[in-house]
Amino acid sequence: MSAPANFKFVETPRRVREDRRFVAGHGRFVADLRLPGMAHVALVPSGHAAARIVEIDAAAALAMPGVHAVLTGAELAAAVDPMMNGLDTPNVRRFPLAVGQVRYNGEWVAAVAADSRAGAEDAAELVEVSYEALPFVLDAEAALKPDSVPVHPDHGSNVLLDRTFVWGEVAQHFAASQHQLAFRVTWGRNSTVPVETFGVVVAWDPWNEILDVWASIQMPKYADQIARALRLPANAVRVHYDVDVGGSYGVKRGIKHTVLAAYLARRLNRPVRLIEDRLENMRAGDAHGPDRIFDVTVAFDGDGIINSMKMRALDNVGAYAGRAPFQLGKPVGAIVGPYRIKSVEYRAVSVTTNKAAQEAVRGFGQAPTNYAIETAIDRVAAALGLERIEVRRLNFIRTDEFPYLIPSGTRYDSGDYHTVMDKVLAHVDWPALQRERQRLRAQGLLAGIGISACLEPSGGNSSFEPLLNPKNTTSTWMESCRINVDALGYVTATIHTTSSGQGHETLAATVIGEALQIDPDRIRIVRPDSLASLPGNSPVGSRMAIMLGGAAFHAAEKLKRKLIRIAAHQFGCAEADVDYIGGAIKQRGGPGQLSWIDLVTIAHRNFHLLPPDTEPGLETTHVMQVPTGQTLPTADGRVQMYPCHSFEFHVVLVAIDPDLGKPEFRRYVIGHDCGTVINPAIVKGMTLGGIAHGIGAALLEEFVYDDQGQMISQSFMDYVLPSAHEIPEVEIVHHCTPSPFTVLGQKGSGESGYLGAPAAVSGAINDALAPLGIVMSKLPIRIPELSDAIAAARASKQKETA
Amino acid sequence: MKVELNVNGARASVEVEPRTTLVDCLRDNLGLTGTHTGCEHGICGACTVLLDGEPVRSCLMLAVQADGFAITTIEAVAPAPGELSIVQDAFCETHGLQCGFCTPGMILTAEALLRRIPNPTRADIVSAISANICRCTGYGQIVEAIALAAKRMAGSNVPRETAPGEPA
Repeated sequence: MSAPANFKFVETPRRVREDRRFVAGHGRFVADLRLPGMAHVALVPSGHAAARIVEIDAAAALAMPGVHAVLTGAELAAAVDPMMNGLDTPNVRRFPLAVGQVRYNGEWVAAVAADSRAGAEDAAELVEVSYEALPFVLDAEAALKPDSVPVHPDHGSNVLLDRTFVWGEVAQHFAASQHQLAFRVTWGRNSTVPVETFGVVVAWDPWNEILDVWASIQMPKYADQIARALRLPANAVRVHYDVDVGGSYGVKRGIKHTVLAAYLARRLNRPVRLIEDRLENMRAGDAHGPDRIFDVTVAFDGDGIINSMKMRALDNVGAYAGRAPFQLGKPVGAIVGPYRIKSVEYRAVSVTTNKAAQEAVRGFGQAPTNYAIETAIDRVAAALGLERIEVRRLNFIRTDEFPYLIPSGTRYDSGDYHTVMDKVLAHVDWPALQRERQRLRAQGLLAGIGISACLEPSGGNSSFEPLLNPKNTTSTWMESCRINVDALGYVTATIHTTSSGQGHETLAATVIGEALQIDPDRIRIVRPDSLASLPGNSPVGSRMAIMLGGAAFHAAEKLKRKLIRIAAHQFGCAEADVDYIGGAIKQRGGPGQLSWIDLVTIAHRNFHLLPPDTEPGLETTHVMQVPTGQTLPTADGRVQMYPCHSFEFHVVLVAIDPDLGKPEFRRYVIGHDCGTVINPAIVKGMTLGGIAHGIGAALLEEFVYDDQGQMISQSFMDYVLPSAHEIPEVEIVHHCTPSPFTVLGQKGSGESGYLGAPAAVSGAINDALAPLGIVMSKLPIRIPELSDAIAAARASKQKETA
Repeated sequence: MKVELNVNGARASVEVEPRTTLVDCLRDNLGLTGTHTGCEHGICGACTVLLDGEPVRSCLMLAVQADGFAITTIEAVAPAPGELSIVQDAFCETHGLQCGFCTPGMILTAEALLRRIPNPTRADIVSAISANICRCTGYGQIVEAIALAAKRMAGSNVPRETAPGEPA
């Protein structure tokens, strides 16, 4: 942290500049685009979980008026390269449309392009596909068996990844510990499910040989991947970043949609639009999240100190690999959570099944892992008859131990977990909360308190790529900013990404305003297209406060240094002998004084006044490397995964009417420490939204398949997103431990809330159910399962007492 | 077929198929793209418009059924270009949004609520917006925005107006 803690704009309650256009309905979303002659795409879905495609008869569809094309996987696969796999699994080939074989219910078999979406849908219904059904596998443990049906026969098995890491003296710590316990928890397949589905509009200009892409996208290296699949030079793909994205939280990766639409646009020589409808999105948008079984064993002593942990995470990745298996890698960077667990054995297993493919989901695998770790802490407390709070207090890393090296190679930057916990306990009045639980229980309700403490690793280097794929040598995940001051003295800065609600324009303007000491509202932020952009990696992994904030800050500092050099040259003094004050520069101990516009004029008009070797104009750029991202993983899989680690501590009081089985929130408090907060309203919104999303994952949301492999939660009536009724009023207790690795002390916050809420809600329900001897160990914990379990437990209790 | 609609206080004559939904007609025929489609099966509320001042889901209604109603879309809420309504301004003040996709529906729902109940309780606000899904905010700052708008409306000395499109 190099900036003063006395901020002028950072940390102050300021409006989010993006909001104005949205409240007026003047956002510019991809579905709002209208290009002349644009064709609309509808998809033909597979009705089978697995089947050989025998024949596709498109004659009737093609005979419909207004239909331009019916595209099959065979035609497309002949013209494009397979989409990129994250792992080194070359025989798990993936194309936008099924080729020869379908591998999950809903998978796209053919695409129809027509003058209208309605016309394309009508024609899609007339595409006759004959199938020969094949055996399929849905369950991860079944898929793991050597005799299982392989989803990709060419790959030989369903195992995409099976790697065991041992960090530290696991065997020794287990042998020396007084106790062990083992358990299994399961994280149900849910996702972020933005209200806007994925969409893309593509136009090919054959005379300029350029592909224009407008998309609802949040994808690192999107343009590169499109170019690669389409066998185009990368500078023939122009992605427009000035498209507003209607929510993403990780999933809007859209490579298959874009390659498909782009191929059609070139073949038909007209713009093509593919906007998923809700059914296409839920069933085959390839945007499901982790679907994971954790087997955990912990070794601990009688006083509650946890010495070592063994964790096997088995992830059901679905039918194709993509980037999703990396979601087993990110948690390596916070595998011990906020605890001083001395050694860890971690086995990460990723298997294919005949379910839809996964995509990156908020936290990139960290939320499920946190649920497993926090369950372990609760179970240790229960086993020893200790308070859950006390076990956490005992095992937390102490604030004087930072930077703290965890067994898997990451050095946590900073934190003060004990203080955050104590602030939250004081805020809720912990004894009073326990009395309230007792009062509710006395009323005949089941009442429980849930606690979770976890980390949000942020701003990373994508080090899970080289960790899990030896052919991948990624060691940077840069972000950039350019600042230009025009001849009239106005400041314009560039950011090089789309945004999906994170407020990046506000972020960049606030940081630049802080550094240059000028009002952020006077700074214009623009988004060049991908061909005019500097290197960047899109807003993933809670990185933009750190990386875009850092790039903007450094670019502004470079600009300031140039102004100082110009001024010192005029004054004939050393650069060290001037002061930059609010855009003007004064000579220290001398008469020299130049205003902002004086300096701008010299830079823009008076080359004869510039110091030697100075470029005219006032423009600076900065391409920022990840702080702490210096090396590749070691052979035993140790790596600095993320530079910054935000902390959150949840306390939840839940009451359940035993006859209804519906959990009701009576209190929800979160303590949150993400270092320096650049815009308080944005961070608050992220945290509250993350908690709501986490409550959905804990209680409501799951993509469910029946035993025939049909997805049965494909509408918002079956896949239930939390409404305002389900989400309680949340109280936030703020704390700030600045990161020593970032320009303003900031850390990430885009995943906050979601990372700890599922564990806290699960803990509260299990605390409520403890008197009945019930343990719920699978998320989501839905009302019917809960009420059935309660009814069964009460019936057997009655039997016992009768 | 041809249908005459009253949208944002103006008559609009549009040629639609009988099966065309109101939201598709507003977006595709009239270019009013502030109304969004999220689920197209009546759950998410992103397509909310006001019909004679009451919020309805324009994805569950055919364009031909809207004949005879006064339709208000988000485009008619701002009093002038670049100028926000009290509700819109309150959403900006509390940051009652992130990605902005559900926001037009939320704003219209809030405008309708505050015309019906000028001093809503938290429960009134939650109940009113419970038919609109927001995936970004967890609703906290939306509830704050509507409460703030109610307070500001009560304290403002501007005469209460009828809803845009509502009979005066």
